[in-house]
Amino acid sequence: MTVRGAAVIVGAYEHPARVIPEGTVPGVVAEVVHGALADAGLGIADVDGFCYAGVHQGINLVTMADFLGLGPLRYHESTDTGGASYLTQVGHAAAAIAAGRCSVVLVAMGGLPRSRPARPASGDVPHADFEDIYGLTQPAAYALAAQRHMFEFGTTGAQLAQVRVAAAHHAQFNPNALYRKPVTVEEVVESPLVSDPLHRLDCCVTTDGGGAVVVVSPEVARELPRRGVRVLGHGEAIKRPGTSIDLTTSAAAVSGPRAFEEARVSVGDIDMVSLYDSFTITVLMSLEDLGFCAKGEGGRFVEDGALLAPHGALPFNTDGGGLCNNHPDRRGGMIRMIEAVRQLRSEAAPQVQVADCELALVQAHGHALGTRSAAATLILGREDVR
Amino acid sequence: MTELPSPEPRRDPSLSGYWAAAAEGIVTVSRCPTCAELVWYPRARCPRCTGLLELVPVSGTGTVYSFTVNRRPAGAYKEVDAVVIAYVELAEGPRVMTNLVGLDPGEVRIGLPVRAVHSPTGLLRFTAAGDE
Repeated sequence: MTVRGAAVIVGAYEHPARVIPEGTVPGVVAEVVHGALADAGLGIADVDGFCYAGVHQGINLVTMADFLGLGPLRYHESTDTGGASYLTQVGHAAAAIAAGRCSVVLVAMGGLPRSRPARPASGDVPHADFEDIYGLTQPAAYALAAQRHMFEFGTTGAQLAQVRVAAAHHAQFNPNALYRKPVTVEEVVESPLVSDPLHRLDCCVTTDGGGAVVVVSPEVARELPRRGVRVLGHGEAIKRPGTSIDLTTSAAAVSGPRAFEEARVSVGDIDMVSLYDSFTITVLMSLEDLGFCAKGEGGRFVEDGALLAPHGALPFNTDGGGLCNNHPDRRGGMIRMIEAVRQLRSEAAPQVQVADCELALVQAHGHALGTRSAAATLILGREDVR
Repeated sequence: MTELPSPEPRRDPSLSGYWAAAAEGIVTVSRCPTCAELVWYPRARCPRCTGLLELVPVSGTGTVYSFTVNRRPAGAYKEVDAVVIAYVELAEGPRVMTNLVGLDPGEVRIGLPVRAVHSPTGLLRFTAAGDE
């Protein structure tokens, strides 16, 4: 069974706020759920499937479904692969729709890491005494990958900075972006080091907020007034470090080819990409692992404005990405997906709208490229793409 | 150079042999008697064949595979300015996460030869090999 064309994203909503001091997680999730359903032209009563990963917040799917008044549900799923969760959930929702189990699936997320930084304590993490105990933070884990990438391939800080420069250029056209000011390569490499070789401007933002999408069967989509976006391919993979970790390849090297094969398209067909940008190195490694350039060539690929919309060779993160726009709950996958939906509906900011945008690739990663990670790839197509 | 904090590990009871060796200054790595694979991080059973793993002593020497200077330390390291976190490739093969201690962060290079030093709580750390 394939999901190719079996499901359509008909609603998408990104919370407009980036700091929500008086918010609650259920409150934010309710807002984005109502926003996505309104965008789709559907109501709560139409929903028969629900995807939500909230155990890391102490809020499980059952609690959230009850709070939102969903039901009776025929399908629910709570895959939690960090920032990759929401792409994986859309892939699973599409498969469930293809199997006839449900026809209107809501995929939602939200969080308040700026206003409510505390999270429930983790349990018996088996590697805690051998990794976390050394002072490993999320930037440090990605920095280990970046340092090795520089060593093996000659990647430079200025090349990493090009990723931020492109994201910041796009963010100036997004009125809701957290950081809207364009930056130069010099400003990135002169920003304070967080964890060598990553500077502050190599790191994504931390924001409150969230987003949701509504995935439906083609039959339901046909009855709705809004333009939909077709799910053409999905791949998911987990990369274990094993005993001799390879720091320069991500699980996208596995999830990407799976998604391309299912969508029956190739790298050259893709009009724009929404790439997980927890850090600038994440983007370079994704470009390589997905096949947009050879392994080790990511740095050279992003030089000379390749990532700039609308005219670069491969416009990326046209909303400003997680680097400048939004990375709610420290998990960027949902917002990356929503910007790809905007592009395929021709609803991106006019300055960054890619002309005749027919095919978009969304890539997300969860956990850390410097240790163990999950990846999910989605290939989405404009409504009329067959 | 200020001493790096030495947080207390949780010490999974199934790995008591690992921590006992560490207290003696001996570096051990899990090895599968069936498939002869070395396994890092230490655990009770082989992730490949599910056989019970045994601990074998290793040389405690290696080279830096990658490193970072974390300038925003958190938790137990909150009070220090920077922590050098590295992957060290042991002479026997496994790449282990660690701290590099007793050297200037500016001296650290990928490929630098290092040797094991255990912290007061038994954490496996490394320092420059030439530095007796």
